[in-house]
Amino acid sequence: MKSIDRRQFMRLAGLGGVVFASGLPGFARAKDYGDADADEFYFVQLSDSHWGFQGPAVNPDAQGTLRKAVAEVNALEEQPDFIVFTGDLTHTTDDPAERRKRMTEFRDIVRDLKVKNVHFMPGEHDASLDNGAAFKEFFGPTHYTFDYKDVHFITLDNVSDPRANLGDEQLQWLAQDLAKHKNNQRIVVFAHRPLFDLAPAWDWATPDGGKAIDMLTRFDHAVVFYGHIHQENHHMTGNIAHHSAQSLMFPLPAPMSVPKKGPIPWDASAPYKGLGFRQIEIDGSKTDIDEFPIKA
Amino acid sequence: MKTFAQIVAGTLCMLACGALGLGAAAYAQSAPEGQVKHAKLIKVSARRFVFDPRNIVLKKGETVDLELTTADVLMGFNVPDMHARSDIPPGQVMHLTLTPDKVGTFTFLCDVFCGSGHENMDGTITVIE
Repeated sequence: MKSIDRRQFMRLAGLGGVVFASGLPGFARAKDYGDADADEFYFVQLSDSHWGFQGPAVNPDAQGTLRKAVAEVNALEEQPDFIVFTGDLTHTTDDPAERRKRMTEFRDIVRDLKVKNVHFMPGEHDASLDNGAAFKEFFGPTHYTFDYKDVHFITLDNVSDPRANLGDEQLQWLAQDLAKHKNNQRIVVFAHRPLFDLAPAWDWATPDGGKAIDMLTRFDHAVVFYGHIHQENHHMTGNIAHHSAQSLMFPLPAPMSVPKKGPIPWDASAPYKGLGFRQIEIDGSKTDIDEFPIKA
Repeated sequence: MKTFAQIVAGTLCMLACGALGLGAAAYAQSAPEGQVKHAKLIKVSARRFVFDPRNIVLKKGETVDLELTTADVLMGFNVPDMHARSDIPPGQVMHLTLTPDKVGTFTFLCDVFCGSGHENMDGTITVIE
C-alpha cells in the first residue's frame, strides 16, 4: 500500500498554494505520489522583505508583512528542512547605524521561525552601499556553499559590488568549488539578482553572470533561485532553470511591461496581492515549486 | 586623435558585435577627459537620483560625445540596447562616444547602486532620422 507524502497530504487537506507546473526539463511536477523517498526534502524561500521600507500607498502593513510570513511558515503542517532568504532583507539607508538597526529588527523577527536552519544572503539594499560590511556582521559570509542530503547548494553574491558583478575572485572560487563535483551532481544556486539578462534596461541582470551560468551548464541538474524582481518568473538558459520569488513588501511589474518600473500600488480589495513565499521540494532530479500568497 | 589601442579596441568591438549578430545600435567607447577627440558634445550630469538631461535626442549616424559627470557619489551610465556604458567617478569627467545606427527610443540608467531612489534613476535617448 502506498503511503501519502507531504504534497499529497497538503492537496487532500486543501493546504497547498499555487503549484508551478512546467514542461521545462528538470522541473516536472512529481507525478508519482507514492513511497516516500529518503532523499526527498523541501525548503522554503523567502525574499525581498525590505525591512525599513515606508510607503503606505505601496504597503500600509510594512511593519506586519514579514511577521505574517513568519507566522504562515510556522503554521505549515510539515516544517521545511531549512529556510533561505534570497536578499534585500532590509531596505537601504545611507546611515550605517540605521542599517544595523534594521538588520537587528529583521533578525529578531525571523528568530521566531520554528525552523532554525536558516540561510541568509544579501541584496543590493543590504550590501551595495558598504560592500556587505554590515551584512557580514549580522549574518556571516555573503557567498558560501552547503550540502543537504545529496544536493550541493551554492549561494552567490552579486550585490556587494555596487556594479552588480560577481567578480573574478568569486568566479574563481565558484570554479574551484564546481570542479569537485561530477556532472550528475544535483546543484542548486541562490543569487539575489538574475544571473542572466532578464531586463538590463531595468537593471535586472548581472553583468558577469553569464560566466557563472557557463560553469553550471555541464551539470545535468542545476537550478537557480533568486529574488530582486519581486515576482515569479521562470526562465531557461540552456538546460538551467532560473526561478525568481515574490517579495514580502511590494510587487513589481512584469519585465519591460510598462515604460517605467515602480512598485505596484496596494490593492485594498486584494490586500497583500503579489506578496508571498514558496516551498521548493527536491526529489531526485525533480524540483517542485509551490507558491504561497500572504493571507489577508 | 585616437590611439592605436583605441582604434584596435573599437574595431574588435564592432567585429565581435557583428559576428555575434547583436545588432548593436551604436559604437561606444568610454574614456577619461583628454583621451577623446570631441564630436558633438552633450553634457550629462548625474546626482542622486537623477540625470540631467533625462531625455537626449540624437540623429542616426551622427557621432556624439557624452560628457559625464557626477555631483556626489559613484554612478554608472548604461545604455544596454547600445552596448554602451561608463562609470562616472566623483571628481572625474568621463566621455562616452556614441554613433547610433537605429532609430528609436532607448533607455539609459544608472547601473551602480547609489541608494534609495537608485531604481528610478534613468532616462531615454531618442534617435531620429
